[in-house]
Amino acid sequence: MEMVKLTIDGKPVEVENDTTILKAAKTIGIDIPTLCYFQLKDMNIENRPGGCRICVVEVVGRRNLAPACSTNVAKDMVVNTHSIRVLNARRTVLELILSDHPAECLTCAKSGYCELQTMAQQLGVRELPFQGAQSTYRKDTSPAIIRDVDKCIMCRRCEMMCNDVQTVGALSAVNRGFMAVVAPAFEMNLEKSPCTYCGQCVSVCPTGALTEVDHSRNVINSLADPTKTVVVQTAPAVRAALGEEFGLAPGTLVTGKMVAALRRLGFNYVFDTDFAADLTIMEEGSELLDRLTRYLKGDQSVKLPILTSCCPGWVNFFEHNFPDLMDVPSTAKSPQQMFGPIAKEYFGKKLGIERKNMIVVSIMPCLAKKYECQRDEFKVNGDPDVNFSLSTRELAHLIKLANIDFNSLPDEDFDNPLGASTGAAAIFANTGGVIEAACRTAYELYTGKKLEKVEFDELRGLESIRHATLDFNGLPINIGIAHGLGNARKLLEDVRAGKSQFHAIEIMACPGGCIGGGGQPFHHGDSEIIKQRAAAIYREDAGKPIRKSHENPFIIELYKEFLGKPLGEKSHHLLHTHYFDKSAGTFVDE
Amino acid sequence: MEKIKSLADLKKMQETLRVKNKVGEMSTDTDSLILVKVAMATCGIASGAREVMEVFIEEFAKRNINASVKQTGCMGYCYAEPTIEITKPGNEPITFGYVDLKKAIRIIDKYVLNNELVDGIIPVNYETIDHK
Amino acid sequence: MAKIKYHMLVCGGTSCHASNSEDILKNLQDLIKIKGLDTDVQAIKTGCFGFCDKGPIVKMMPDNTFYIQVKPEDCAEIIEEHIIKGKKVDRLLYQGTASKENLSNSNNTGPHKKQIRIALRNCGVINPENIEEYIARNGYQALGKVLTELTPEATIEIMKKSGLRGRGGGGFPTGLKWEITRAVKADQKYVVCNADEGDPGAFMDRSVLEGDPHTVLEAMAINGYCTGADKGVIYIRAEYPLAVERLKIAMKQAREYGLLGQDILGTGFNFDIEIRYGAGAFVCGEETALIHSMEGLRGEPTVKPPFPSESGFLGKPTNVNNVETYANIPAIINKGADWFASIGTEKSKGTKVFALAGKINNVGLIEVPMGITLREVIFEIGGGIKNGRTFKAVQTGGPSGGMLTEKDLDTPIDYDNLIAAGSMMGSGGMIVMDEDDCMVAMAKFYLEFTVEESCGKCSPCRIGNKRLYEMLEKVTQGHAVMDDLDKLRNLSHVIKDTSLCGLGQTSPNPVLSSMDNFYHEYLEHVGNKKCRAGSCKSLMQYIINAENCIGCTLCARNCPVDAIAGERKQAHVIDQEKCIKCGACMEKCKFNAIFIN
Repeated sequence: MEMVKLTIDGKPVEVENDTTILKAAKTIGIDIPTLCYFQLKDMNIENRPGGCRICVVEVVGRRNLAPACSTNVAKDMVVNTHSIRVLNARRTVLELILSDHPAECLTCAKSGYCELQTMAQQLGVRELPFQGAQSTYRKDTSPAIIRDVDKCIMCRRCEMMCNDVQTVGALSAVNRGFMAVVAPAFEMNLEKSPCTYCGQCVSVCPTGALTEVDHSRNVINSLADPTKTVVVQTAPAVRAALGEEFGLAPGTLVTGKMVAALRRLGFNYVFDTDFAADLTIMEEGSELLDRLTRYLKGDQSVKLPILTSCCPGWVNFFEHNFPDLMDVPSTAKSPQQMFGPIAKEYFGKKLGIERKNMIVVSIMPCLAKKYECQRDEFKVNGDPDVNFSLSTRELAHLIKLANIDFNSLPDEDFDNPLGASTGAAAIFANTGGVIEAACRTAYELYTGKKLEKVEFDELRGLESIRHATLDFNGLPINIGIAHGLGNARKLLEDVRAGKSQFHAIEIMACPGGCIGGGGQPFHHGDSEIIKQRAAAIYREDAGKPIRKSHENPFIIELYKEFLGKPLGEKSHHLLHTHYFDKSAGTFVDE
Repeated sequence: MEKIKSLADLKKMQETLRVKNKVGEMSTDTDSLILVKVAMATCGIASGAREVMEVFIEEFAKRNINASVKQTGCMGYCYAEPTIEITKPGNEPITFGYVDLKKAIRIIDKYVLNNELVDGIIPVNYETIDHK
Repeated sequence: MAKIKYHMLVCGGTSCHASNSEDILKNLQDLIKIKGLDTDVQAIKTGCFGFCDKGPIVKMMPDNTFYIQVKPEDCAEIIEEHIIKGKKVDRLLYQGTASKENLSNSNNTGPHKKQIRIALRNCGVINPENIEEYIARNGYQALGKVLTELTPEATIEIMKKSGLRGRGGGGFPTGLKWEITRAVKADQKYVVCNADEGDPGAFMDRSVLEGDPHTVLEAMAINGYCTGADKGVIYIRAEYPLAVERLKIAMKQAREYGLLGQDILGTGFNFDIEIRYGAGAFVCGEETALIHSMEGLRGEPTVKPPFPSESGFLGKPTNVNNVETYANIPAIINKGADWFASIGTEKSKGTKVFALAGKINNVGLIEVPMGITLREVIFEIGGGIKNGRTFKAVQTGGPSGGMLTEKDLDTPIDYDNLIAAGSMMGSGGMIVMDEDDCMVAMAKFYLEFTVEESCGKCSPCRIGNKRLYEMLEKVTQGHAVMDDLDKLRNLSHVIKDTSLCGLGQTSPNPVLSSMDNFYHEYLEHVGNKKCRAGSCKSLMQYIINAENCIGCTLCARNCPVDAIAGERKQAHVIDQEKCIKCGACMEKCKFNAIFIN
């Protein structure tokens, strides 16, 4: 790559010739404000439509202003990033955007986190010189995501996530001119679209145009109801990110404080989804071994590779896009949905709590979980196994609402029995983690030998598609891993074409896995944050005395006392599920 | 139709066609064929050029006049659509504008048969490049 | 029955009419009758000849004699000498036809014509549905010539030397564009014909496609040969069904004749064309938006670079040219770069097709050499302003252009002069305005178009144009304050400075140029709440003249909004706040007591 020299704001800078002005400026400490621009480094995710025009700069000799995010440097270029002309233009453009944005900051779900709000502060907008019509649209509430696109500023980040990264294709720009907005086709409801509720659109939306459906009020009501026993489960990824909401450095593990906060909020039992993750490994790992053994014996009916099924966004995705492959994924429910029946049918019964009086709340890094717990097959007589699913962000709000000084809380432990977990469960939060956890157990069960080194480094990392071959005592096991649904699609196309070489594939819908989930604190495209969260999760694993799911004593007891054996009748009834063909019916108005 | 195989063949074909069609040429021979061109671009058709063309075809047939009626593209006189151009043997082409059905008959009666001009003549106000 | 032998054509155009052509006609007709010549001679009024500065004109047929600056008293002499004695009247003859040798002029007895048809050379001449008529007019010879006699480089050199610039509006040198696309290495390249004509009132491209589709096919093949593409795509609006139909017929015929497809004219060159349809979005005339639309994506532009010449249709190098640009190319190859470069001005060669519209007598499609003045176009070819009104302004460049005024009338039309004058060439729309047109309302009209046609991708265009429109509406409704005019100007500049594509970068031009040239009208709307053109309805006031009003109550009874009050037999008054300016009162009043202020 050729290096070019140029001048930005009077300072010389030398960069590679395919660098944008924005990035070149950053190398010498000049921060050009951006709005629509979004980048998740190391994951090949970049949004630079050049649409908002906030990042415009003056390039000497050029007729008009240039968008710094999408204009490459050139030899001897002279750039001014904040001349009077630039400042006037930038501010006017922002005033225009604000003139078509509802002034609802006081009540907006995104207030305090809104990038448009921040930009208005940064550029010192104190009045709105332009008044006129506002583009308004129907508000759309789905089981997990609310679209209030009056607040859409056409940054197109959601569209980029939904189409380029996830290849879901639920959102795209519709209409022209002033009424242009991002919406499902024909401006139908999200529920009628192939949306998987992965929530990546929400996680990148700079404004309040896309937000999660807030269930915290339902939870508060349950907590306030003395007839209810309210049980909470927390997903592995939450503890690695929740601290960010309280000013702690990314990657700070706050497991103990989180437990303490939940107790103070009034939950009767603070349990851990990690326990259910160990259970998932027992079931899913057994299913893998079962299929593998039968396959090796020459059973033609066995479907390989086996696909993980913990991720509800991913489940929605294959129900919409690969209904012909519905017998390929594991039938094991996700940890959230395994926890529900265990809590209500095992733990509740044991304590003599009636099902109708038990409320199960989950804290998830995920928005698709909100949809998952509302699925009919996860209800008994209309009563959901998991009543409400809150995102990490909602939990943070709840803690703040309750005046809990999070950072000064003592570390507390989960309640037993459903709070005990192994390191294998902890790593469910990272891409590659589920399959690593499964392999720890599958190896020992298959070979009958003790696994000396539990870390499978070859399964870790952030590359979009990874594969590794593990040695199961001479038997090579081919593992595929994808995070991000676009990458998953590639692996699935191979499976569909009969070209897949893998025995097992792990898929997580969100880039980075659950740590990068749609319900996590906003990372604003800082991939360092994702990496820190991932590292924290591996630290959590390393710090656990037991690191293999099948060694969790409470799991062993659960099987002994209640379930019998993995893939047994009771397991089949409570811990396994089936899938639905959703390919028809999308974009059909009833 | 057999494909044209070379530039030489194309040129040969052009020569033959040029004589045969006398396209856009002022007809100088004594041949009695009268050529009527009707401007049939969208705007012409919208203002009724197709009907006008049909009238010419019908009337020429009825009256046994040796004439050829054909469509062509926009002549540029949008203000005077439908527009037609008549080339009588030995005469310069004459362009008539605002040709409705009535006027079409009048043009046949007066100009085609009697060499008498009618209102609405548009002098050709452009030059076109030589095709030689 | 004796047939008429002589025709005397008297120009009835506005300008000749104004200089007594009516009397000339009457004198001629009287003389013909008196002399008993009416079985042999006919004098008739015709449309404008387009030589208004030499008028009134009388043309004698069949000998094609042009008499200029004829006076009514000259008629007797013309009849006597020309008709009876067969001698031309020398003193009235047009002289000094400095006809360009390289232009055919079958009627070269008259003054040099203002229009030269190159792009439109076959329009209105051949049957567009018959390839043989095209071939008879030299069709496909240019393609044959480049394929057999010229290298792509040599052809590009001809294009560069000819000075042809993009006719779609941008004015980028065509030869250079081809050279750039040729230089990019790729396994597949495309050439595209941009037929997404969208300017209000413009139909240049449609006329070419409907009148001479083969010229576009031929030129695209030449382009393919030069740039190294074997596939061409015509992107055309679905609203042009006839053009599509004729293109399809032309493509079928060209394939049958071996002029498209494999091994064209035995040279081994392969080239074929397909059609893709646009849904009539103005912004899809922009290259990158056009390509996205062709790919089946949302028709919105992306930041350039990369230019289509590097990464265009399906990510491959793509050369996009406009219909009119293509229509010039076979003529350039056949007649040579020097011939083409001899027409026009120093930096703008050849001709330009314009769609003349608005308050002009001869609304129509014209093709004029670059360098012609607006005055010649409007007053000679266009036949002047309708109904004898006064010229006020002309908008060139469609909604992206600007308003040119009296002071610009003698500026030679070319790319650079129009930009210098605050407008642009654009694709060729030319809308003429007279004193009844309010310049604020005109700016609003164009803004309404761009607001409608913005794709909505970038904020300044999506929101800014809407706000501009709303402010202009405030002005036309008399609700604006002086501060709004400053805002209008600043916002216009920011939209131009920050918009992503050409649409937004030019959309405020009508506002800025009308403010530059007619600021007083803006001031009147804001300060005096007056619209001098009388076209802004909100600023009109219906007023009852108390002296004429007899208090019959008829107006009050007919007012749909009860805005008129008054006792019987007393003068009535209109409440301006309530009045909706429907005009019902004025229509009903039998005493001329109501007038418009």
